[in-house]
Amino acid sequence: MKRKSLIYSLFMKGGVILILFLIQFILPTYHHSSFSKIMILASYAIAYNFLLGYTGLMSLGHAMFFASGMYTMGLSILYLGFTPLEGLIFGTILTLTISIVFGLFALRTSGVSFLIVTLMFGQTLYLAILYYNEFTFGQDGFSITTYLGTLVIFGKEHLYSNPTIRYNFALIMLAVYLIITTIIILSPIGRILIAIRENEARTQLLGYNVFSYKLFALTFSGTLAGISGAMHALLFSYIGTTFAEIHHSISPLLWTLLGGAGTVIGPLLGTGVMYYLIDFISGITSNYLLVVGIILVLTIIWFPLGIMGTLRQRWIKWLP
Amino acid sequence: MDTWIEETLPMVFLAVLDGTVTAFVLALIALGLSLVFGVMRIVNVSHGEFFMLGAVFSWFAYHWTADSVWGFVLALLIAPVIVGFIAVFSERFILRKVEYNPESTIVATIGILYIIQQLTLMGFGPEARPVEAPIYFRVSFPWFGYSGYKLLVAVMSGLCLCGIWLLLKRTKLGLYMRATQQDYEIATTFGVPTKKIYASVFALGGGLAALAGVLVVPIRQADHLMGLEPLLLSFIVVIIGGLGSIRGTIIAAFLIGISDGIISVFYEPTLAKMLATLFVVMILIIKPSGLFGENYQ
Amino acid sequence: MMSKKKDENVDQQSELNLTRRSVLGASAAIAGAGIIGSQLIDPVAKTAYAAGSDEPIRIGFQAHRTGIGALYGRWYERTTNAAAKYINSIGGIAGRPIEIITEDDGTDPKRGADVVEKLATKHNVDFVYGTLFSHVVMGSAPRAGELKIPYFVVSEGYHVASGALNRYVFQPCITDVRSQITAVSNWIFGNLGKNVALIYPDYAFGYDHRDYASAAAAKSGAKITAKIAIPPTASSFTRYFVKIPKNTDVIYHVMVGPGVLTFVREMGEHYGTRHPKLFGFIDSLEGVNINSPGLEFLDGSHFWEAMPRYADGYATSGSNFYRDKVGVDNTGASKSDSKDVSAYSHMFGCWETLFAIKEAVEQSGYKSKKDYKTLIETFEGFAGFNEGIAHPQGSKVFSGKTHQCYGQQFVSQVKNGKFNVVHRTSIADGMYEPETDYTKKSL
Repeated sequence: MKRKSLIYSLFMKGGVILILFLIQFILPTYHHSSFSKIMILASYAIAYNFLLGYTGLMSLGHAMFFASGMYTMGLSILYLGFTPLEGLIFGTILTLTISIVFGLFALRTSGVSFLIVTLMFGQTLYLAILYYNEFTFGQDGFSITTYLGTLVIFGKEHLYSNPTIRYNFALIMLAVYLIITTIIILSPIGRILIAIRENEARTQLLGYNVFSYKLFALTFSGTLAGISGAMHALLFSYIGTTFAEIHHSISPLLWTLLGGAGTVIGPLLGTGVMYYLIDFISGITSNYLLVVGIILVLTIIWFPLGIMGTLRQRWIKWLP
Repeated sequence: MDTWIEETLPMVFLAVLDGTVTAFVLALIALGLSLVFGVMRIVNVSHGEFFMLGAVFSWFAYHWTADSVWGFVLALLIAPVIVGFIAVFSERFILRKVEYNPESTIVATIGILYIIQQLTLMGFGPEARPVEAPIYFRVSFPWFGYSGYKLLVAVMSGLCLCGIWLLLKRTKLGLYMRATQQDYEIATTFGVPTKKIYASVFALGGGLAALAGVLVVPIRQADHLMGLEPLLLSFIVVIIGGLGSIRGTIIAAFLIGISDGIISVFYEPTLAKMLATLFVVMILIIKPSGLFGENYQ
Repeated sequence: MMSKKKDENVDQQSELNLTRRSVLGASAAIAGAGIIGSQLIDPVAKTAYAAGSDEPIRIGFQAHRTGIGALYGRWYERTTNAAAKYINSIGGIAGRPIEIITEDDGTDPKRGADVVEKLATKHNVDFVYGTLFSHVVMGSAPRAGELKIPYFVVSEGYHVASGALNRYVFQPCITDVRSQITAVSNWIFGNLGKNVALIYPDYAFGYDHRDYASAAAAKSGAKITAKIAIPPTASSFTRYFVKIPKNTDVIYHVMVGPGVLTFVREMGEHYGTRHPKLFGFIDSLEGVNINSPGLEFLDGSHFWEAMPRYADGYATSGSNFYRDKVGVDNTGASKSDSKDVSAYSHMFGCWETLFAIKEAVEQSGYKSKKDYKTLIETFEGFAGFNEGIAHPQGSKVFSGKTHQCYGQQFVSQVKNGKFNVVHRTSIADGMYEPETDYTKKSL
């Protein structure tokens, strides 16, 4: 990547984060809270995009990672009396471990087989949560609001559900995700990952250990997704199997593809557009899924690279 | 020994019987997906919805004719055709536009899935509606009874599978399909109307799913969300059998149907589903291209 | 106050023609406890307030329009609209008209929390109300608590009374699963048999059945022969029946979702004519015509009902009035389409809850969101609701500690293609010791 485009790219990300920071002071209550949620979900989509967009591996089981982080956070706070920070660290370590073990198995397959294996593993975790319901509360899930305590900032106590806390935690997380992924993608590792996406066999022939790189990408993506799940549990205090279902694995795929796979801002844009689309249409008709379906089809026909991907291809070449 | 004969034997017998019936149905549903994948190299996520449409049209046929036999016959004739047309329509106006790109196709067919599901919810309603079986009798075994119609479904599925086999091996269309599957470019050069073949394969895949829906609906009910489970199961079957291998699909359907039957008789149901799922994953990990897959990953 | 209730247990035959007197008896039994709501019994009576004199009371309705709960959701919506229309016709709430703002939650806890948020902050409603599926309640309730908005659910889950939620959540007009089981279990073990196999869905709703039926069995000397949890994705059940031991007298079954008819038909195929007695929960057959093909096997079996689907099962003036207003005919189907069968044992909760809200607003003098504290404390002070037009299912005892109500239950037998009420429990039959005290929690 040319230096010029690197500067543009960082400039743009900084701009997005700055705008998101400033906009919180003028957003009406409802949109303020929607933005918090979108930023958390977008971080999940960014994690997903790292695997799909930059390594070319399409997963249908990312809810497994999201749910691992989320449940580790929730259950450790509930049963072990962990603080949120301890829960987050524990959740990160556990998701990291799960990602590596899963990757060692799943990466033996590729393409559509990989897709199905991820899907099956995701289903297995979903069923396991249901099966061990006496411990996990099964489909109903549980809330950790009363166990969280308060967060002390500058000597003042705040609840985690405080809108300002929530918004800025989500924003910090989003910013960290954007920066870390950009750094990795622009590093030599990132270029090799992109090379694998473009032509795996050639990359292998060039002497790179493709498997290790793919394992790294999967572990990184899975762990980030797990952290998103843990943060979602912390900020929205509900933990349930709805976050382990296959629909929750399809969601980041749709957000990423709609926004533009392999672009840094795409997942954020895709998540936001989709969130507001459903929110807006469901106010008009209960058949919002129909409209969502139509929009998906039309987008994929007219903007096959997603919103950002199409922009990059047609007009703004320097977009990261 | 006596308790074994009294308690375990009936369980094993039932597991195998029920598993075999499941396997036949599964093979029929998965066959369409397998054909589409084999020839067109795309994953059709809306395949389960074609199955659901078959079941729903069957209910309408039953409802209009107010007769279980005529309704069934009518549904057998029209449901696959209507669904075939829907499939051709989506192939022509959606899949062709995205040039069968694998990832775009997945997203597009997820879109089609939502559209079909919601239209069905609007036109058919949220409830599960029963359809009476055209022929109904109970087969009595020493320990328990079993649905006679279920056995018939297995037989009819078997006949359909044979029909498809003949179609592929003995007809010009089958020849064209196999040619397109082996090499699209060369087939085109040799005058195979590959575009038409794609459309017909997609229609055939949808039609088969709808046919399975018609056959299955009397032992279940029609509802707008019924497509997801068969979709997941057929995914598994197709992948385990090996992408693009019809023989593999059928063998995998039996492997999965019967093992699922046996596991779920001896373990707690949800645990059984977990074990069955992991079992499938293990097969894939040991043999990533599936049991009979060509090695194109 | 519960001591007088025993004699309400009407036996099989006299139950079929309930007299006005026995119904009045039911309300009289709890009349001593400071019951409210009696002015609502007369349908034409206007409340003392002038209609439409003020801003409307905005009630956010979290509805299952899509997803697995869509069938229930449709009837919840019809009932809600009918109740709102009627309440407006008698002068609204404290003279202010009711306005219902409906949002679909897709029967999904994720979306549920978003909907509560949207109703509270965007539509600026006074209360959120109407959720059925218990996982949606679990997902949404924390949000309602954080937003500090009263949240009235019509869910029959044990989640409210268990203490798992917060002080803003109420379930004032539909009994919870634990109470239902406690109320009918003695009848099951006494009349059908003592060796019982439980078949239930493998999630929380099913576990409540598993746990409280087992507890009730232990208490009355009955034995649970098998506990069979059916995974939510199952579409064929044959393989599970073979696990039911031979010495089973009663199959206690509760299923939810589209698999019910298959479940029943396959049970029939498995057993043929010689089979254990069956006791089911009507949740399985809500929205389903009992004369559907495949259900013949249920003939002669018994079901729990919260409110009898067939009009002759509980023909009080209040329940007849309610049936007429929500547009349901004598067989429990929509008046305009006899194939469209209602969720009759659940949807009354919507009607009654709106009247309970009306009571609470009027008694607490609620004007705006500033008055939530008074409203909640007033509500917690309620001892119950009298039977009548506002509460057609029957009188309710309300516990301020658990935020949960308790009411009568029915046992019906399937015969001649309809449900026939054979037993009605007293409210006391379904009472249990409260396990929580929300009034001690912060607001």
